[in-house]
Amino acid sequence: MTVSRRGFLVGTAAGAAGLVISFHVPNLVKAAPKEAQPLPSPNAFLRIGSDDSVTVLLAHSEMGQGIWTGLAMLIAEELDCDWTKVNSEHAPAAPVYARAGIGIQMTGGSSSTNGEFDRYRNVGAAAKVMLLQAAAARWKTTPSKLAVANGVITFGDKKVTYGEVAEAAMKLAPPKTVKLKDPKEWKLIGTQVRRLDTPEKITGKAQFGIDVSFPGLRTACVLRPPAFGATLVTFDGAEAMKVPGVEKVVKTANGVAVVAKHFWAAKLGRDAVKAEWSAPEGGGASTEKLLAGFRELAKTEGTTVKDTGKVADKLGATKLEAFYEVPYLAHAMMEPLNCTVKIDGDTCEIWTGTQFQTVDQMAAAGILGTTPDKVTIHTTFLGGGFGRRANPTSDFVAEAVIVAKAAGVPVKVVWTREDDMRGGYYRPAYVHRVQVATDKAGMPEAWHHVVVGQSILAGTPFEKFLVRNGVDATSIEGIAESPYLENTKAKHVSLHSPKTPITVLWWRSVGNTHTAFAIESMVDELAHKAGTDPLAYRLALLKGKPRFARALQTAADQAGWSTPPPAGRARGLAVHESFGTIIAECAEVSVEGGKIRVHAVTAAVDCGTAVNPLGIEAQVQGSIVFGLTAALHGKLTLEGGKVVESNFHDYPVLRMFEMPKVSVHILPSDAKMGGIGEPATAPIAPAVANAVFALTKQRLRTLPLRLEAT
Amino acid sequence: MKLDINGAIREVDADGDMPLLWVIRDLLQLSGTKYGCGMAQCGACTVHLDGKPVRACVTPVSSVGTKKVTTIEGLSKDGSHPVQRAWAEADVVQCGYCQSGQIMTAVALLAKKPEPTDADIDAALSGNICRCGTYARVRDAIHLASRLHRGAK
Repeated sequence: MTVSRRGFLVGTAAGAAGLVISFHVPNLVKAAPKEAQPLPSPNAFLRIGSDDSVTVLLAHSEMGQGIWTGLAMLIAEELDCDWTKVNSEHAPAAPVYARAGIGIQMTGGSSSTNGEFDRYRNVGAAAKVMLLQAAAARWKTTPSKLAVANGVITFGDKKVTYGEVAEAAMKLAPPKTVKLKDPKEWKLIGTQVRRLDTPEKITGKAQFGIDVSFPGLRTACVLRPPAFGATLVTFDGAEAMKVPGVEKVVKTANGVAVVAKHFWAAKLGRDAVKAEWSAPEGGGASTEKLLAGFRELAKTEGTTVKDTGKVADKLGATKLEAFYEVPYLAHAMMEPLNCTVKIDGDTCEIWTGTQFQTVDQMAAAGILGTTPDKVTIHTTFLGGGFGRRANPTSDFVAEAVIVAKAAGVPVKVVWTREDDMRGGYYRPAYVHRVQVATDKAGMPEAWHHVVVGQSILAGTPFEKFLVRNGVDATSIEGIAESPYLENTKAKHVSLHSPKTPITVLWWRSVGNTHTAFAIESMVDELAHKAGTDPLAYRLALLKGKPRFARALQTAADQAGWSTPPPAGRARGLAVHESFGTIIAECAEVSVEGGKIRVHAVTAAVDCGTAVNPLGIEAQVQGSIVFGLTAALHGKLTLEGGKVVESNFHDYPVLRMFEMPKVSVHILPSDAKMGGIGEPATAPIAPAVANAVFALTKQRLRTLPLRLEAT
Repeated sequence: MKLDINGAIREVDADGDMPLLWVIRDLLQLSGTKYGCGMAQCGACTVHLDGKPVRACVTPVSSVGTKKVTTIEGLSKDGSHPVQRAWAEADVVQCGYCQSGQIMTAVALLAKKPEPTDADIDAALSGNICRCGTYARVRDAIHLASRLHRGAK
């Protein structure tokens, strides 16, 4: 796909009379957030072509999670169109696509499907009303006398397709209210629907940011600081300019960009730039020293997150105490970061795979001294996101704008794998110190929990929403509200958020990646200390939490918990809620040659309404793979402010030969719909660690899990 | 120099040590072959040279010579290759970025071993990283492609 074609579609859709239909989608939802919402602009969410094609415009980015299909299903369900004629397209960046309640256009928090469930169904329902009105007018009857199925409207022996009445329907006023289908009437929602983006993605035609190409576009590679805290002093681009294909060497905010005819020349040129950098303060960050400091800090009280009182009284000498640790992690999406920018006077076009359209739009406008409406963002497919492409600082977009501005030509900035891995914005490292006093039955009576780790949100525009009383919600989510602590009357949770030069960011399932590890590991330790079966112990704690208990019981039953595992293997459990979804996982492991091998993972999922079970299964499988990479391999090390790891040889990720058999059980549920892109990530590390303990009696409290040599 | 790509002879002006990947992507505008690591660690750039899978990111274009290069675009015009059909049936893709490489590796495996075992798949596909975690369905699709191919005979 070329850029010009895509630009044409977006730019002229509204003007192509007769080919498209535009729908205003007023706020029809009774349960919608109370704040006033602007009316969406025409053409915002749906176009119906005269060829009966139905194009759904996505307010969110497709990065693998399947909304290209899932959000289209929501509209198609209410529209009663022909599913084989439906496809999706990323919407441009515009206020109409902002997430209700957040005010920005973004993709994250596992919220695309549940957050759009009403809006997208309403679009489909409103469109259907208008199409029926147009058909009724044509036949001089009333809509109630018409029947509709698969995009064909019938009246007696007369019939007309949606495409044939689309133009007339476009001229009608949208309905003020619509009645959505009762779930019993759903034909698409709840069924296994294959992905709509498959044809492009199996033929190499899908356009990712890195594939953007148009006449006059140049490619740039950027030399960035070698260490966190280092700044550019001087540089010499003479050698770079000698590389055939290199055209320009320009300065960025804190680096040097080499602009060339193609990537290879840009990379060779970049590698030939001579630059002098200031030494980072204090010799630069070292993860060894940082974590040692975090451990000391964990022995002291931090900012109070939750305090019921009486914890200190109950924590006597009989308490169980443990430290749990997780390292810094890179997102390492398969598609390295990249961004294409074309500046023309006071307007600017950007092509990139982003999770943060309107944030990036504002950042670009700020750099160019223009207004956000002058910045057009074309969202390409994202070759993975996992949070890295939702950066409050818009780092990879802002840099590309600076390069394009300095170079005076359209530029695609491409990060090498090494640039991407060493470029910062990591899942922060954390240390947890957990102390638990138990009653005579071994149940927790007092729970004291100190978390130490960098705040993701401090210093960002999100700080004012998500950092309350000095507590970054993303650092401690899942602790105080753990279902296991429901009946523990004495609880104290506190947080230290030390500052370091290392930039940090959300990473698939965010705080849950470490809080679930600490809580579920400690609960397992308590079960073993009490001499109780780990499942029975958990179920006893979850007495007032039937959804958690059901998920856990299902995962255990389906994994064969009541029967012994094969010789040389053991099983471990964990259950955790994040993004409104409860997921229990049972891991079956062995140890081979001193290494942990995960053979099987059984997952039970309670996510409320399951829009597309086929997609849910894929997300759970994928999240488990992502979490297993962190459990078994993931670790970034810093020495002297520099990141030691650079590519997949020293930052290994899970590969095919390590892939366990994953079975996913989606539980029927009337609960409020949760998210599904992230929640299965968190339980896997503790499930594996708990299984390793059952097998070896080694309690591994640090990720990645490493067995002691025996 | 001349390259035989997807059945057509293409003339390119490139230094001999330029990796085949960038020749394919940036000089020939065939963007289905992806860059992931630049050091033969991830398999996203997998193409065939005379039917054998190679990592284009570490293959100097000068080493290609008269060998026939096949990229994902050369597999079929419309996604109708049995492996692509199996991929669609098994609903494998997520973000999709690594999938060209996964498919090219799978096609080469099936050409060599029409009925691969799970161990064969582990051995052949472990060089292809997928961060979305599509491995289970990649495996399913390869077995399915094997059945489709046999059924077609």
